[in-house]
Amino acid sequence: METFIQQIVNGLVMGSMYALIALGYTMVYGILSLINFAHGEVVMIGAMVTITCINLVSSIAPGLPGSLVFTAGLLMAIPITMVLGFSIERIAYRPLRKAPRLTPLITAIGVSITLQQVAMLIWGRSPRSFPAIFGEDAPHKLFNLDVSITNIQITIIVLAILLMAGLLIMVEKTKLGRAMRATSQNPEVAGLMGVNINTIISMTFVLGSALGAVAGALYAANYSRADAYIGFMIGLKAFTAAVLGGIGNLAGAVLGGIALGLIESVGAGYIGPLTNGFLGSHYQDIFAFAVLILVLVFRPSGLLGERVAERA
Amino acid sequence: MTLARYSLIASAVLALAACGQQQNTEQPKQDPNAAKPAADAKPADAGGEAVVKIGHAAPLTGNIAHLGKDNENGARLAIDELNAKGVEIGGKKVKFELLSEDDQGDPKTATTVAQRFVDAKVAGVVGHLNSGTTIPAAKIYSDAGIPQISPSATNPDYTKQGFKTAFRVIANDIAQGKALGDFAVDNLKAKKIAIIDDRTAYGQGLADEFEKAAKGKGAEIVKREFTNNQATDFMAILTSIKGAKPDVVFYGGMDAQAGPMAKQMKKLGIAAKLLGGDGFQSGEFIKLAGDAAEGQFASQPGLAKDKMPGYADFNTKYKAKFNTDIQIYAPYTYDATMLMVEAMKKANSTDSKVYLPELAKIEYSGVTGPVKFDEKGDVVGGTVTVYQVKGGKWEVMASVGGAAAPAAAAPAEAKPAEAKKEEKKQ
Repeated sequence: METFIQQIVNGLVMGSMYALIALGYTMVYGILSLINFAHGEVVMIGAMVTITCINLVSSIAPGLPGSLVFTAGLLMAIPITMVLGFSIERIAYRPLRKAPRLTPLITAIGVSITLQQVAMLIWGRSPRSFPAIFGEDAPHKLFNLDVSITNIQITIIVLAILLMAGLLIMVEKTKLGRAMRATSQNPEVAGLMGVNINTIISMTFVLGSALGAVAGALYAANYSRADAYIGFMIGLKAFTAAVLGGIGNLAGAVLGGIALGLIESVGAGYIGPLTNGFLGSHYQDIFAFAVLILVLVFRPSGLLGERVAERA
Repeated sequence: MTLARYSLIASAVLALAACGQQQNTEQPKQDPNAAKPAADAKPADAGGEAVVKIGHAAPLTGNIAHLGKDNENGARLAIDELNAKGVEIGGKKVKFELLSEDDQGDPKTATTVAQRFVDAKVAGVVGHLNSGTTIPAAKIYSDAGIPQISPSATNPDYTKQGFKTAFRVIANDIAQGKALGDFAVDNLKAKKIAIIDDRTAYGQGLADEFEKAAKGKGAEIVKREFTNNQATDFMAILTSIKGAKPDVVFYGGMDAQAGPMAKQMKKLGIAAKLLGGDGFQSGEFIKLAGDAAEGQFASQPGLAKDKMPGYADFNTKYKAKFNTDIQIYAPYTYDATMLMVEAMKKANSTDSKVYLPELAKIEYSGVTGPVKFDEKGDVVGGTVTVYQVKGGKWEVMASVGGAAAPAAAAPAEAKPAEAKKEEKKQ
């Protein structure tokens, strides 16, 4: 039982990160019907920049508490990834907005490769370790059971919930959110109504990249390392989460991310005993993609994907 | 209706996307290499002296690129020293040239790289780094008659294939797995052991040998879990291991995974010690695991660094040249390169067919100790040393084996008594 609860906790932590990244995919898809495959690399850059900024902060002002250093590093990293997200849209996608759908998709892959190579040039090929700013980070016992959770893991879940709630409120309640929803439903008409579509699209990329930077920083803190290659797999998983929840739907991305984290964690933990040792835990990664295939076959619009049907 | 149509579009896009991403992993890394052979083909006869090419292959990209670069540096140091000293073979001055290629730690790419070496007519190959890449590449070198010395491939299958061109200067995993299994039971008093491996030729091979040895000593294997050599999240498998309450967790794999794994064990409150092979007995492991590295064990074939006859000198030269620390195998690539050239000198020829017999019977005293090959190409007398992290540094715990250590599987039974003797000395 304790093992099971621990797997749920593991799944929630992983799922929160997937959800934050999935939001970036789904926001862009909702507005442009474009799968921004470079988003995984934006997350990676976010992680690498955060590590660099944290090292910078700790060298300038040593002795600050860990949470403060982390916040400072994050606040420096977010604007950088925002600029990156803005530039990607401006340089790679905007000129292709009228092109056939396949063109921007291929461009996205090109951007992704470019970013990976640039990261390798800047930070080198070896993994970067996350500075030990949180000290010991000893595990807490949950509910007096033998279930452990660390401060970083708690931070991940709480921060993810806050950011996701903030984003949902922004999209539903603010003027910017209304403009985004309008653009997503019909860009031409929204444009006629006085919405500046280009600004809205840029804003979407900027917001998605900011969330990606936070996810990247949390990823690096949680696994205490990051390298130039992490963007690919985590991006693919988050994309799967977005499709699972119904791509284009914000609440769906959150739901999909958390569901995927739980499926993976519980799946990897129990696949051995369940299949009597026939399949081992090295099949952890197939769950994400098995889920993707099942969703595409049985419910192509995803769990919460009404919007997709509405649009088509 | 609209739904169905939409799903078609979506799946088409996804399929395309999947293809695209596949390319993503392969394409960028191939491009720089593709340009290389053409550039390398040119300087065949620089200034009247004969140019002899020696190939070196290791992953120079990906998450163990630091180890690959370390290997390359070892070989480069040897080549530069030889060129500075000036070597004459067959009455002609010889200039050595290092052709270093990136095999990405990937078996498929390794065979492409091997073919590229054959096409470039290298006189010999130092490499590859991983067992998974060394084994398939060995066939290509054997077909072309090019001698291959791996500095770090420890999987027994490499020399079991029966190729006359395959050599290694490091003790294999039968010796290492055995030493670790004995160590876990005898020294750590482990009764219940959990094993994880990364499903590579190296990790799986080492874990299997360890399991055999530990079982032979009467320990119980309570869990056998698996991961892969790209993974960073081990919470799920570690949680199920925690439920089995092992005394020792063994990991067959590399430092890029072992570091985060040690950290995650701590997060989950697993008190068991992490034990593993040469794949994570590196500085990188300590960096990645942080304070969770403290007290963990890993072995390394060969003598402890401070007991290697030429290590201090080598370390100084290495640091002066590359301005970085040695990771793991650089002394082995250095020795492999040096002894390959030594064989050429003895045969008085750089022709691989002529010097190969000399290589097979060479007796060479290198940085890592004396090197001599048995009939399979394994190094004779490979020692295994177990280390523990103490105060953020790897400290020697025990040296197992020594002159009589088995390079083949057969005399394995004879070892435990002798191994114990060695350990007591420590």
